[in-house]
Parts: sequence; C-alpha cells; structure tokens
Amino acid sequence: MTASPETSAQGETGQKIRVLIAKPGLDGHDRGAKIVARALRDGGCEVIYTGIRQTPQMIAEAALQEDVDVVGLSILSGAHLELFPRIVEELRSRGLDDVILFCGGIIPEEDTDALEAMGFSAIFRPGTNTRDIVSFVYDNASSE
Amino acid sequence: MSDLIERFLAGERRALSRILTRVENGTPEGREYLRQLYPRSGRAHTIGVTGSAGSGKSSLTGALAAELRKRGHEVGIIAVDPSSPFTQGAILGDRIRMQDLVLDPGVFVRSMASRGALGGLAPTIDDVVAVMDAFGFPYVFVETVGAGQDEVEIAGTALTTVLVNNPGTGDDIQALKAGIIEIADVLVVNKADRPGADVLVSQLRALLSLAPSEGREVPILSTVATTGDGVPELVDAIDEHRAWLDSSGELEKHRRQEARHQVLSVAQRILLDRIRRGTSEETLGELVAQVAGRDLDPHTAAEQLVEQGELV
Repeated sequence: MTASPETSAQGETGQKIRVLIAKPGLDGHDRGAKIVARALRDGGCEVIYTGIRQTPQMIAEAALQEDVDVVGLSILSGAHLELFPRIVEELRSRGLDDVILFCGGIIPEEDTDALEAMGFSAIFRPGTNTRDIVSFVYDNASSE
Repeated sequence: MSDLIERFLAGERRALSRILTRVENGTPEGREYLRQLYPRSGRAHTIGVTGSAGSGKSSLTGALAAELRKRGHEVGIIAVDPSSPFTQGAILGDRIRMQDLVLDPGVFVRSMASRGALGGLAPTIDDVVAVMDAFGFPYVFVETVGAGQDEVEIAGTALTTVLVNNPGTGDDIQALKAGIIEIADVLVVNKADRPGADVLVSQLRALLSLAPSEGREVPILSTVATTGDGVPELVDAIDEHRAWLDSSGELEKHRRQEARHQVLSVAQRILLDRIRRGTSEETLGELVAQVAGRDLDPHTAAEQLVEQGELV
C-alpha cells in the first residue's frame, strides 16, 4: 500500500466529515470508543476524541468549537437515559440542531424508542461491525 | 454582509466555528469570508508550540493558556494532528490534554488535521490563524504535529516559536544538527522533573553559545506542564520575545517574509489546480506509466504536464 498520489507537499484542501466521539459519565471503559474512533479514521473521517468522563456541557462545547457533523456517544454505565437528554439539551442550547447523533454501548432494547425520540439516529450495541458504523456516518452526514 | 460574518463580528463562537470550517476547507465561501476578515487580523500574538511526539506540547499549551487566563487574557488554540496518508482520516486528540479549559468562555480550541501538508502544519493553517486573530483573541497558539528535525514551517506562521525538548532523548550530537532548533525563539525543557533535565539544559546552553547572535539571547526554560511548574516564567519569556520583536523592527521583517511566503505558496496551489484541471486522466496516466517504466524522467514528464495543462 502506498500513500495517495494526490498528496502534495502542501497537502489537500476539501471537505471532510468531522465526528466527535465522546464518553459521558463515570465509567472508564473507553476501548469501544477508541475502536469506533479508529474505524472512522480508517473510513476517512476526521475524528475528535475527547477522552473519558466528559460532562454534557464539555461534550456540547467541544462539538461547537470543532464544528462537527456527527456526535457519537459511548456509554457502558447504564446512565444513558440520565445523561443523554442533558447532552441533547446542551447541544440545542448552543444552536447545534443539525448534528447527527448516534450512540453505542450497553443499551437495553427497551430504551430504543426513548433514544430515538431524543434524536438519536442509530444505536450500536456490542457485536456491531464497525463497517456498519462507518456506513451510517457516510449515509447520514453531509459534510459542508 | 452575510449573516455569519455579522454574528462573527458580534463575537458569537458558533459563527467563528462555522467560518473556521469553511476557511479550512478552502471553499469559495471560505475564501470570501477570509477576504472580508483578513484586514481585521494582525493584532494577535501568534505562538507556535513545536517538538517531538509526546514531548508535552498539548499539555504545555493548555498550561500556558491557563496562565494567560489568570492574567485576564482570552486565548485561541489551534492544535494540529496528522492525517493518515492512506485514508486521509485523522484522530484529533490534543483536546484530551486541555480538559480544564473546555468550559472557559475565554478559550477556544480547534483541532485540525494535517491533510497531507509537510512541515508539521495543515494546508490552510495561515488562513485559520488569521480568522482566530480577526475574532479578537490577543493570544493564538498553534500546536504542530509531533515534529522531528526539519519541520520548520511554524516559524513563519507564528511570531514566537517555542521548541519543546525532553530529557533523555538523544546526546548532544542531536542538538548540534541543523534544523528545527534554529527556529526556536524560546527553548523549553519540559518534563524537567525527570532525570537528565539539568544536563539537557547545559547542552542546549552550550549549543546556543555557538550560534551567531542576532542581538537577542534565546532563553532556555524548564517546565513541568502537568504541575504548572515554570509556566508563569515561560509566559513572561514569550511576552518578552514579542516586546523584542516590536522594538527591534523584526516584527515588520517577519510579517513581510510571511506574506511573501503565503502569496507564493497559494500561487503554487492555484497553478497546480489549473494544471490538474487542464490535464486528462489519460494524459497523466501515460506520463506516469512512462516515468514508472523509466522511459522518461520525472522532470521531463512534469514539463510536458505543465505545458499541456496551461494550454487548456
């Protein structure tokens, strides 16, 4: 495999899908988030990874400063129905109404409707093929 | 004037963020925003932070921003991380080291991917810096990708270049080599709580004593970014460099050199785009095949490409 022949000394300008991968709440298990970030990178996205233990305000503020097209939340603590509505509210209060939202982790089937009502377009549970996540991002995000 | 520019001028961070994206992407809209905002730039003290991967550039940038906030200044930060040469994707993780600043309304952190640019920066870095500058941040930091020995572009982009070194990363021969060390306006030995820090400081001092003096001594400071040790002194050294630029006339010289570099570099990109648009894939493919087969040398092929491209 060789580097793209289009890569010049000055680099390339153009449009890229920007994705924020964030881990809200108190659990420190970030392997899933890192694997998803890596898969999206390999899919050609620019992925901003903010690390563990992010508050809803921190996630929304990072999404604003980075002007991301997509926000993906990883959670394994079970606090998603507590935390996600607050994240959505913080995003909206900053005018980020058009950001595509998805989430992943330990999320029971019975919570699906509630999350969809909040604005989440997809929920990826354990066993998901990362290709499906990359496809989801490309199908839903229109990079400006 | 567009709505977004009005909101930008009113200080709205969302507008800044959206304009940064368009300017970074080099879209026609982005170029128009830059055209309107450029006259408002040139007030910020732009500070480059460079050094090898893992030297503590992000942590140190975060610590410097925190110190400047204590002194009442607002701070913009642009952090560059590498793009994959294969997929053009990137993981931008510098924010992780700046968590304490995220909710401070006086700080704005923007991550950029290098998008194939050499030199440790990104193709449109100077445009993005100008937009941050125009927004009114008195200090704008630019953190490079992990730089090796020859990534010296930052010295053009920033008024003050801070080179971050660590103890235990090579003998004094490494420090003797030309390249990145020559562009430093301020030298930092970060992770100074580790063994070998004092030796490194004296090696750097000995090295600097051999360099031709330009009427200003490059200071060497020791820091521990994670505890904040030495950071106030580093802010002072950065401010002193700016004062020296102002008083010595070097500032005007720097601005002219940088303007020249930018104009020529954008002209180069425009010409390359024109050649690419004026050349069919077949023509390019034929030339490439001849060079790969050693029937033609790359220089002759490129000359043919330029001539054909310009005709269209």
